[in-house]
Amino acid sequence: MAGSPTDIAGKPLWLLAELTYRCPLQCPYCSNPLDFAQRKQELDTEDWLRVLREARALGAMQLGFSGGEPLLRDDLEILTAEARALGYYTNLITSGVGMDEARVARLREAGLDHIQISFQASNEELNNYLGGTASFAHKRAMARAVKAHDYPMVLNVVIHRQNIDQIEDIIRMTIELEADFVELASTQYYGWSRLNLEGLLPTREQLRHAEAVAKRYQAEMGDRMKIIYVVPDYFENRPKACMNGWGSIFLTVAPDGSALPCHAAQHLPGLEFPNVRDQSIDYIWNESPAFARFRGFEWMQEPCRSCPDKTKDFGGCRCQAYLLTGDASATDPVCDRSPRHAALVEEVERIERAAAAGTTKPLVFRNTRNSRALG
Amino acid sequence: MNAAPQDARVPVLKRMYRFQWEAAQDCHVLLYPEGMVKLSASAGEILKRVDGQRSVEAIIAELKALFGGAPLDDDVRRFLEQAEGNGWITY
Repeated sequence: MAGSPTDIAGKPLWLLAELTYRCPLQCPYCSNPLDFAQRKQELDTEDWLRVLREARALGAMQLGFSGGEPLLRDDLEILTAEARALGYYTNLITSGVGMDEARVARLREAGLDHIQISFQASNEELNNYLGGTASFAHKRAMARAVKAHDYPMVLNVVIHRQNIDQIEDIIRMTIELEADFVELASTQYYGWSRLNLEGLLPTREQLRHAEAVAKRYQAEMGDRMKIIYVVPDYFENRPKACMNGWGSIFLTVAPDGSALPCHAAQHLPGLEFPNVRDQSIDYIWNESPAFARFRGFEWMQEPCRSCPDKTKDFGGCRCQAYLLTGDASATDPVCDRSPRHAALVEEVERIERAAAAGTTKPLVFRNTRNSRALG
Repeated sequence: MNAAPQDARVPVLKRMYRFQWEAAQDCHVLLYPEGMVKLSASAGEILKRVDGQRSVEAIIAELKALFGGAPLDDDVRRFLEQAEGNGWITY
């Protein structure tokens, strides 16, 4: 989001601690791996404390507690207190489900800096349908509690075909709840959302409308409430500078201890991701082959290799390159210089036709049963 | 040159931001939800004194004393204006 730390490089500035894959919600665009149900072995408190200390010693400043639903870890207060003592800026990324006001207060006391609450939609019915849980009223109550306890609050709404037409209502809801930042996060198509691409990808007409509404409110709200809205990259001609480059500033530690350059990287073939149970963060960041694999420019093929934009976008996203071409070191097909770009445009058009004809496949919800069936 | 007008306003960092020294970066930083700003040495010296107690005048006087009476009034005022424009501080 705003102020991404692009001016500092070479250190794992951002540590994303995915504390658990357990989650009371079943969002069909979840970024967790499809086979999460088979990855049950969670790191214990001592492991996490060591990860926090070692990453901080390497220069990590921003810490995100995420999941799954991180509130399901009953050591969250212990981890937060240690993070604060170490000097992290600590962000809790939560659905709000499982929270109560007493815990909001306890986490504040432990030194938590910021809470981000996700909403699935701006109305109860759609919110509860997408999350697979009757959570809307509780989320609203928790957003109010977060503000009452004087935290900065980010509200995050993942945007896709099912809720994009309500974007104005969504923004109004975030204004009413007094968010400091609003992330209207276009779905990125990995894992569950890639599986549900047909039902989630918005149409071009929807995007035009949403962009106009977002721009209007950005101008109206200015600095009082910053609104971030980026169109899905499937509709772009240049790829995103994913993770600011592989192994450049982001370090994700998954619930089972796997260390990843990005939370979607788990399934790239031919890479053995190190585990924090076996290796130090120093080794993982500075010496492990997996983190070095796509650093810099040497690994690139044409058209990236000789492209002047390679220093800006790093060839795009490795996970997306793999998902769309079968080759993780290919140019991200979002780029119109990629030989596979035309196929992506065609896929987008096919999905648009299916949406218009009403022949879209039903959504597959992210839950243990579906994960077992898919894993 | 005319003396600059006295500025008794007291700047304070907005609650969303945390200001701290980062040994690994060898500089002061401002941290906020999911982001950070790396600060120059002079910006760090100014923000170190933005504590909700000192006035703009007091901050300028202290920095002058620290830097041997250098004429840094305008630089400090300009930085504080920018910091307010960025939403980092308020009065």
